[in-house]
Amino acid sequence: MTGGAIIFMIFGILVTWGGAAVCISIAMKKRD
Amino acid sequence: MKREQWGSRLGFILAAVGSAIGLGNIWRFPYMVFENGGGAFLIPYFFALLTAGIPILILEFSLGHKMKGSAPLTFAKFNKKWEWLGWWQVFISFVIAVYYVVIIGWAISYIGYSFTQAWGEDTVGFFAGNYLGLTDGAFILGGLRGPIVITTLIAWLISFVVLLAGVKDGIEKANKVFMPLLIIMLLVVLIRGITLPGAGDGLNMMFKPDFSQILSGRVWVAAYGQIFFTLSIAFAIMITYSSYLPKKSDIVNNAFMTGLLNCGFSVLAGIAVFSIVGFMKYQAGGELPARLSGVFLAFATIPEAINQLPAMQTVIGVLFFLCLTFAGLSSFISINEVVVSSFSEKFNIARKKTVIVFSIVGAAVSMIFATGAGLYILDIADRFINAFGITIAGLVEVIVFAYMFKLAVLRDHFEPISDFKIGKWWEITLKVITPIVLGVSVIQNFYTEFTAPYGGYPWSNLIAFGWIVALAALILGFVFAKSKWADASLLEVTADEE
Repeated sequence: MTGGAIIFMIFGILVTWGGAAVCISIAMKKRD
Repeated sequence: MKREQWGSRLGFILAAVGSAIGLGNIWRFPYMVFENGGGAFLIPYFFALLTAGIPILILEFSLGHKMKGSAPLTFAKFNKKWEWLGWWQVFISFVIAVYYVVIIGWAISYIGYSFTQAWGEDTVGFFAGNYLGLTDGAFILGGLRGPIVITTLIAWLISFVVLLAGVKDGIEKANKVFMPLLIIMLLVVLIRGITLPGAGDGLNMMFKPDFSQILSGRVWVAAYGQIFFTLSIAFAIMITYSSYLPKKSDIVNNAFMTGLLNCGFSVLAGIAVFSIVGFMKYQAGGELPARLSGVFLAFATIPEAINQLPAMQTVIGVLFFLCLTFAGLSSFISINEVVVSSFSEKFNIARKKTVIVFSIVGAAVSMIFATGAGLYILDIADRFINAFGITIAGLVEVIVFAYMFKLAVLRDHFEPISDFKIGKWWEITLKVITPIVLGVSVIQNFYTEFTAPYGGYPWSNLIAFGWIVALAALILGFVFAKSKWADASLLEVTADEE
């Protein structure tokens, strides 16, 4: 795989799953 | 009668995500990335998510939550003259339900075929010939196909059982099973995929960025279109689902989570699919498989890849088609809930009775897609109901709420109960960006259709199964909006809803 492909694959995963993780942590904090 | 509610926030989010994750996440998104600039496509895609997808999700969540009703009731409570828009979306949902279920039926059949790789060496011939019994045209029905009828009825039966149990005990529980299993199964397929020879080349094809493409307006319209269709917006599902939220429920964060998790699933599905495509290319000595998206990717290309796997053929086959089945079922159930809740409310019919009648009528209508002409009719109906149903209904919905009602009123409703506040961007996106992009899509769809009729089908086919179906959904919307509410008290707006 080229460096560009690796970077964008990680970018896709980070934005979506990372973003969702941040939202979930906010929801958990609010619940507490 | 007391309105049903979700049992937990997790239940609502899983149901909303389950609705959004559908077959398109698996067979449409990966190819869109590949075709539109590789990894660089993710830039307009995420931009579209933030400027159209999530803002419309917030709009629909807040509409349903504020008015506590199905789409027709929600729109009617804002202003009776917009009730037709809700019914239009309900009939769009009905059309989608009756053909979508048949694809789930195909996936169920293929779970069984995976045990013996019954599709043989000629996977295209098996799917189009032996299984679908494809005729020579959309008007040549060629009779019902036994295996498709049986598995379609199984899908209807699953939906029937889930809907009959209600929102909390049916839809919520089903999604609490479907969603975790779906992710686990996808991960198993993904891990198998990326460990195959040639997988790196496949991922390179999908993710290697071509920045020149994102300068093209076509790619941006494609990105907005993909976001619009992937999030189950503008066909009343999210309005209906959010109407079952308790009074003090987050709206904004739920919309972000739904949008991000749906897109996260798409990215993983893309990795799984393109690593398998890379493996096939490797096996073929550098030649790409012919069909990389849509129905034939799932039911011909993937079975061909399964044939070539060095091991775990049955396991991967079963898991892949289970993924399709679960992704499809969770969306199918949500589409059906739209219809059931709308009819139940308008005509004051008990939910169980509505589910029974709807399931029988829906199953009967869906049989046309289980004939030898089913794929043609499905393909045409799908194109027209998306291009001239959902897209236009979405445009009207956004214009109505952005310009004819005060978005600030909705903002005042959802900000105090949400986990975090959103800035002015929400109103700007709904007033400016979303109407422009949807407007361009609508014009483009009309232009394309009249300059190059869809799929090379004869005009008679397109009129019968495309234009008439799309127009019928709109006309029925107006007809049902004219009929009286059996319980007019439902239309009363309480102090909370003003």
